[in-house]
Amino acid sequence: MELWYTEKHTDSVKFSIQVDRQLYSGQSEFQRIDVFDSKEFGRFLTLDGYMMLTEKDEFIYHEMMVHVPMAVHPAVKRVLIIGGGDGGAIRELVRYPTVEHIDLVEIDELVVEVCKKHLPQTACCFNDPRVHLHFEDGLRYIRHCEDEYDLIIVDSTDPFGPGEGLFTKEFYGNCYKALKADGIMVNQHESAFYADDAIAMQRAHKRIVQSFLISKVYQAHIPTYPSGHWLFGFASKKYHPTADLNGVKWNALGLKTRYYNTRLHAGCFALPNYVEEMLRDAE
Amino acid sequence: MMKLNQSRIPILEALNEFKKMRVVPFDVPGHKRGKGNKELTDFLGERCMSVDVNSMKPLDNLCHPISVIKEAEELAADAFGARYAFFMVNGTTSAVQSMVLAACKEGDKIILPRNVHRSVINALILCGAIPVYVNPEINHQLGISLGMTLSGVAQAIRSNPDAKAVLINNPTYYGICSNIKAITELAHQHGMLVLADEAHGTHLYFGEDLPLSGMAAGVNMASVSMHKSGGSLTQSSFLLVGEGVNPGHVRQIINLTQTTSGSYLLLSSLDISRKNLAVNGKAIFTKVNQMAQYARDEINQIGDYYAYSRELINGDTIYDFDVTKLSVNTLDLGLAGIEVYNILRDEYDIQVEFGDIGNILAYISVGDCQRNLERLVSALAEIRRRYKKQDKSGMLQFEYINPEVVVAPREAFYADKEALELKRATGRICSEFVMCYPPGIPILAPGERITEEILESIAYVKEKGCSVTGPEDMDIEYLNVLKGV
Repeated sequence: MELWYTEKHTDSVKFSIQVDRQLYSGQSEFQRIDVFDSKEFGRFLTLDGYMMLTEKDEFIYHEMMVHVPMAVHPAVKRVLIIGGGDGGAIRELVRYPTVEHIDLVEIDELVVEVCKKHLPQTACCFNDPRVHLHFEDGLRYIRHCEDEYDLIIVDSTDPFGPGEGLFTKEFYGNCYKALKADGIMVNQHESAFYADDAIAMQRAHKRIVQSFLISKVYQAHIPTYPSGHWLFGFASKKYHPTADLNGVKWNALGLKTRYYNTRLHAGCFALPNYVEEMLRDAE
Repeated sequence: MMKLNQSRIPILEALNEFKKMRVVPFDVPGHKRGKGNKELTDFLGERCMSVDVNSMKPLDNLCHPISVIKEAEELAADAFGARYAFFMVNGTTSAVQSMVLAACKEGDKIILPRNVHRSVINALILCGAIPVYVNPEINHQLGISLGMTLSGVAQAIRSNPDAKAVLINNPTYYGICSNIKAITELAHQHGMLVLADEAHGTHLYFGEDLPLSGMAAGVNMASVSMHKSGGSLTQSSFLLVGEGVNPGHVRQIINLTQTTSGSYLLLSSLDISRKNLAVNGKAIFTKVNQMAQYARDEINQIGDYYAYSRELINGDTIYDFDVTKLSVNTLDLGLAGIEVYNILRDEYDIQVEFGDIGNILAYISVGDCQRNLERLVSALAEIRRRYKKQDKSGMLQFEYINPEVVVAPREAFYADKEALELKRATGRICSEFVMCYPPGIPILAPGERITEEILESIAYVKEKGCSVTGPEDMDIEYLNVLKGV
């Protein structure tokens, strides 16, 4: 018997992983949630059939979402995570003793429950006393925040489905308002390779540029996401992502990482020409 | 109470039956189930094209229904508590016009509020009836016109005892209702027919805790935009007939202008939507009410916006309020409603129904979800943060301009005319419409005197970016006026 998970990366491109067994399948108010075991990628989580994370490559995504802004901002105390119900971003953040308060706003409580049960690799740190969970729409939550956070991490799904509101101008504008005068926002920024993802990427970039003075894009290699070439957004009111990188200070923290390092930090903002061109077009 | 089995959908059933027969088409439409127009079929889908068919024996005929359309009309009448229901495929505009044409002939008077839709005055051009306007009072804080007062209608009836009919908006675009029951009783005591324009009132027939519907109030005819809150396809609508009107006569009037090739896409959408509302309407509109109320509460928390509701009810000009309408006043922000409307669309990809001088209207329906409401509320909050003006001077106070009807609309429309620059038109009689669209309520209608105040109002709405329509001159630099008057 062969059991395969398949995600269509485009109408005519499929990506498949052989599944050992399905551990969970359920439907929340917002989406279908599935967890599988596989030989090659270990356990993996999908939402509405779209790959969210695998045990084998999630470290790349979560390290790049968290350590890049943390190595730039000199004193992050209050953090807001929008989405991120798998707990991966929290796991990386709680490693910093200077972080005092983390609010995680996840629309779908069931995602957190399922991850706690089946994905302990990422959902390991929800019990940290600094972590505060809020199960509500991110757009609604942030509307009421002003001048509150040093860092906002937008760990969203794709802009088709429950995550759509997190790719809008009103959302980025509200993030701007919720950040302190030297705050940073990083976001999951889709990919430039396949046409549909590229349109979402350009739209997101255009809207962030309209809201933030400094708006840069960086990249990482994530094998299980469409094309494997994934982008992140770095938007800020004050700090430049590479000019204000304090590599010495970050290295002194002695955090052990598997993907991120400060040399890669400087390099990941150097983008391929075709991506730069798309970003310029969007601006 | 509905007496028939409302889960039936006769037109849908007939179309499904018809598809199974695999009839060879040697009739119109010439695309022959889409095979003759590949591009269109790729765009709309084969299933859609396969039921774009012509009237024929198994599918009945809209002009003279004797089988499935007749059955569907009886079900609709039953669902709406009407004596008779007509399926309309030329928009609610055609329903309103048929209603007026059935009630009035040339020279007959009809009593109506000024804030009627242009289709009403168009009907007067067609039939030659004379409008008697009742001043719908203004709420100055909000800058909107309201409903007719009972005393205002009584006064109009006393001054015009020969009027043939009274027309009522139930509700207005903004959700304001007049005392339709008392006005209907009063008009009936004086032998006049009552016509309800319910373009924005389909849900009143099915939801709970909503204003009284026209048929329940005893009106003689009502035009119901099924495609607005009812969920059917754009351009499909119902004309409902109650007591005191001969449905056969109404059918003849409808057939004067309605197409003889009624679209089965539109007809089936009416039939399916009627079934849905009859069976699920109560639950649907409970949900719509909750969503509208949630958004209203959230918007009122932002500050400077006022999303109004039942607190406006005053027993007369605002006899009742339709809480499914999410009307939001923007004047305290220092922005005109039309400005907020434009920012929402241009910068936030959010399209609301309309913006006028002081308000926007967001249409909430069965198709909405919580997430999209969050987007609307958040965008409004952002617009306040980014655009709020401390200086509120230069905002025009909306005033009711009492129209001076000098010549009957039809006479003015067909009279000899000349085009004059706006500023030179003061004092002359207009031969065309000027209105903001939407909401499509006339600033000027054919036969009315052009005043300084009216020209000022036109200049203001143009400057604020409203889409001004009506005149022959698309740029609204010139107006057609009657020659020699």
